[in-house]
Amino acid sequence: MKVLVAVKRVIDYNVKIRVKADNTGVETANVKMSMNPFDEIAVEEAIRMKEKGAATEVIAFSAGPAQCQETIRTALAMGADRGILVQADGELQPLAVAKLLKAVVEKEQPGLVIVGKQAIDDDSNQTGQMLAALLGWSQGTFANKINVADGSVEVKREVDGGLENIKIKMPAVITTDLRLNEPRYASLPNIMKAKKKPIETLAPDALGVDVAPRLKTLKVEEPPKRKAGIKVKTVAELVDKLKNEAGVI
Amino acid sequence: MAILVVAAHDGKTVRANVANAVTAAGQMGSDVTVLVAGSGADEAAKSAAAIQGVAKVLQADDAAYANWLAEDIAPLVVKLAPNYSHVVMAADSVGKNIAPRVAALLDVAQVSEAIQVVSPDTFVRPIYAGNAMATVQTADKVKVVTIRPTNFKAAAAGGSAAIEKIGGEGAKGLSSYVGAELSKSERPELTSAKIVVSGGRGLQSGENFKMLETLADKLGAGLGASRAAVDAGYVPNDYQVGQTGKVVAPDLYIAIGISGAIQHLAGMKDSKTIVAINKDEEAPIFQVADYGLVGDLFQIVPELTAAVEKK
Repeated sequence: MKVLVAVKRVIDYNVKIRVKADNTGVETANVKMSMNPFDEIAVEEAIRMKEKGAATEVIAFSAGPAQCQETIRTALAMGADRGILVQADGELQPLAVAKLLKAVVEKEQPGLVIVGKQAIDDDSNQTGQMLAALLGWSQGTFANKINVADGSVEVKREVDGGLENIKIKMPAVITTDLRLNEPRYASLPNIMKAKKKPIETLAPDALGVDVAPRLKTLKVEEPPKRKAGIKVKTVAELVDKLKNEAGVI
Repeated sequence: MAILVVAAHDGKTVRANVANAVTAAGQMGSDVTVLVAGSGADEAAKSAAAIQGVAKVLQADDAAYANWLAEDIAPLVVKLAPNYSHVVMAADSVGKNIAPRVAALLDVAQVSEAIQVVSPDTFVRPIYAGNAMATVQTADKVKVVTIRPTNFKAAAAGGSAAIEKIGGEGAKGLSSYVGAELSKSERPELTSAKIVVSGGRGLQSGENFKMLETLADKLGAGLGASRAAVDAGYVPNDYQVGQTGKVVAPDLYIAIGISGAIQHLAGMKDSKTIVAINKDEEAPIFQVADYGLVGDLFQIVPELTAAVEKK
């Protein structure tokens, strides 16, 4: 069984972002970029499947500008076998990415697609569900644990009140939660080896997908700032403030 | 414009956040219908009909809907959608699972976690863990929107909408429900609690969380945690407040032994009053706290618990 993982290049999670002065978006020039943390977990899970013999090949997919090659290389260094880059400049929204993924899935015929549950830049939490819908496949979202067994996948999901167990038919789309696994670091020899692994570059047109954004972003602004607070010295002072100044207890 | 709100429920009552979704829906149009899908969900349908501002409740009875599997619920919503301008769900784990599947089947974009309705086609939503606010406009015929419940007041009770029973679409056979492992708690539900007491890595062990439980119980508060505390195994993961956990906006949020990483702030910085208790004077949490107390939490928390008791 082939496993396809989708990885996104995003601003590194440690970076304090800056909104552009003209309110058209967030400053991305000269900002550290890395693989979306949820996608690292997706790559790790796919590689573990290969190590256990449940998967035969792991393909890393990314869509976006040419620099997404680096993100794919990271996945290859972690252990993925080859990469597919759909090169497109400009904003790609979840529905467009899901359609690109669908086209690649139809070409590659994987048994499982694993994606992160959300990208930490747009915070949409949509692509995996949309891909499952477009393919007519089952979905195991917010996966905490997965177990591939004979034509189906047992998925433990993180839901509001705790955990939920479901069994979904393969082929399927899985989206990863943070606690699914702990991603490995790519070692230097593996980073060197990854440079020799193939990355195929495709264009949205060749896949027959219109990637024009469907949601129009009118403006991006800074959130309202909280007023600076005060430091209190004692518990008694804190309780007094909460009671008499803030009126919350 | 008619709006369809898809309501999650436990069979007896719809989730509390459905009342918030009804308020948001009321800002998008005027004719709000609530869909209650389930198996023998008469009571849940009645609880939806009792929300003010609801014009009609559609009750879809089908064993396939018993456990909220996206593969089975989405086709029902998709079938109803052409009669509505908007499909609205609360952005909880049910809404996030189902709404994008519905949107893709309708070939429309989805707006995630709207915090403000600017006009029927324009919404404000947080991006980058709440560090930027994007105003987005959709031209799609059916607008699929999930709303962040803490940003909309809950519609009051006292409504009396008519309940119409409709048929189901049956099971698609793609997935099945096996069971759940839910964490039990007597405390108020985290996302709707007026006061939230939250602990982080500074607590050092799950055992020490008992200290926060006592404080929370004295205050009638919900109990939350940072990702660090969850990952360290101190508390179950449904306690997690943050970008990847729950978003809360209580009147009072008490962060104890939490440094205040971006990820955590995304889940609580809309709280009315924030209190930080931390031994590190430089902890970023103090930049958003209205009241900060620098010191050893193992000394401060029992003292605070005693002081609250006296009030």
